[in-house]
Amino acid sequence: MLTDITLGQYFPGDSLLHRLDPRTKILVTMLFFGSIFLADSYTSYCVLLGFTAVIIGVAAVPLRLVAKSVRPLWFLIILTAGIHIFSTPGTVVYSVGPLVVTLEGGKQAFFMAARLILLIIMASLLTLTTSPIMLTDGIEHLLGPFRRIGVPAHELAMMMTIALRFIPTLLEETDRIMKAQTARGADFASGGILKRVKNMVPLLVPLFISAFRRADELAVAMEARCYRGGENRTRMKELRLSWRDLGAFIAIFALVALMGGLRWSVS
Amino acid sequence: MKELIKTVNLGHGYFGADGARVTALENINITVHTGEFVAIIGTNGSGKSTLAKHLNALLLPTSGQCLVNGQPTDKVEYLWQIRQTVGMVFQNPDNQLVAAVVEEDVAFGPENLGIEPREIVRRVKEALELVGMSDYRLYPPHRLSGGQKQRVAIAGMLAMRPKCLVLDEPTAMLDPIGRREVLDTVRNLNHQGMTIVYITHAMEEALNADRVIVLDQGILAFQGTPAEVFSQVDRLKDLGLDVPIAADIAWRLRGNGLAVPQSIITNEALAVVLCP
Repeated sequence: MLTDITLGQYFPGDSLLHRLDPRTKILVTMLFFGSIFLADSYTSYCVLLGFTAVIIGVAAVPLRLVAKSVRPLWFLIILTAGIHIFSTPGTVVYSVGPLVVTLEGGKQAFFMAARLILLIIMASLLTLTTSPIMLTDGIEHLLGPFRRIGVPAHELAMMMTIALRFIPTLLEETDRIMKAQTARGADFASGGILKRVKNMVPLLVPLFISAFRRADELAVAMEARCYRGGENRTRMKELRLSWRDLGAFIAIFALVALMGGLRWSVS
Repeated sequence: MKELIKTVNLGHGYFGADGARVTALENINITVHTGEFVAIIGTNGSGKSTLAKHLNALLLPTSGQCLVNGQPTDKVEYLWQIRQTVGMVFQNPDNQLVAAVVEEDVAFGPENLGIEPREIVRRVKEALELVGMSDYRLYPPHRLSGGQKQRVAIAGMLAMRPKCLVLDEPTAMLDPIGRREVLDTVRNLNHQGMTIVYITHAMEEALNADRVIVLDQGILAFQGTPAEVFSQVDRLKDLGLDVPIAADIAWRLRGNGLAVPQSIITNEALAVVLCP
């Protein structure tokens, strides 16, 4: 039951997007976010939508999965769009009591919703096509230069690695403790929310104790394997940039330039 | 044979939760030679795990010395060299694997040593072959059985190219199949020249050793070849230890006047004596 859960939402594959260096993917995603905020006309949103459609095609990830990532945020999207529809001053189209719908408001609402959806789609494409391990590696490398100003790049990456390693183990353990407590009469399935939360206590206490014990043992085992932080450490898998990454950067810079052009040439 | 590990009057004490001083080890003098298979046995609380942790400087002696390759473990400048020379495998297979993929985990040690990437790849491949886990290279650890996880842990040590492996009750949490896998792997490594220090409370597992060391309440009770140790059935029973079944039967038969030699400690040998 609990142990069936997959980590993150990585969809294994061999597409061009899958084979891109994780660092490239992270940076390209960030640049795309930047270009979204440059967009302020229907033309530019059409360009963004087209770009996103092409990326989804290249990723070779089922559309169903992409749509699934947007679903939990529908409420937020509708709320944002609603606020913009009613709060933007301009030509009044329709009014109910104190609520006024304006033409500009409708446009703004559409833009905000498109922005949010594009943001979510691109972010989920990143995690759909990059395994958690590669993502961790990428983040460690990208944060590397900031180590000098005190960003613990290696430590953050190590924490993520260990979390990835132990989440399934702890889930298994939760399952086991749950069964053991159920066998002794604990009830996790009935009652109101407050009661259920209360009933979690006999589950959480042993889980925490065991997690601390594991952490302690793991620390000793890591020391026995000569772990002494990120200094002078090498990696088995080196990240290497290839022509694909160059192509990705050219594409994203072209997009950013186009968006910039559309924004400032029109106004 | 060359002395690889040597303890000189090694003692370890600490202050317990109630503030009283606890002596975990006292005056331990043992020597492990290159290529040897040494088993350390004892009941819970006999100090065998504490002793194991001294062999690669995870614990430091509070009196006496522990020497690895002639280097004292309490000198900081030798620390990493010692940890690289003496690899350590622990009891819980889950709590010693670090990475979310088998090959990444095996690479963890060499990465810490700052070895060049191409050499790490070679070592990981070799180490996984030695423990027979090559097919599971890309598996996440939680999909492996206990015995397989323990073999990955051994591979993780082998990738650091140690001279000696210390295994602290590596089979205590495993099912019979897992035990067999781990024990076979360890024996196989020993045949290829790896020095093994094997800590256990399962007496059958100590039968394969060249030498057995018996600890009791922090003191070295006695040591010798498996035949020498396991034929002293009275003494082992006094210490609260089990005796391999064959040795126990042989001892009882001797008590009833049958001429069974002292050296009989395995089922096979007993069978030959009883049905020649």
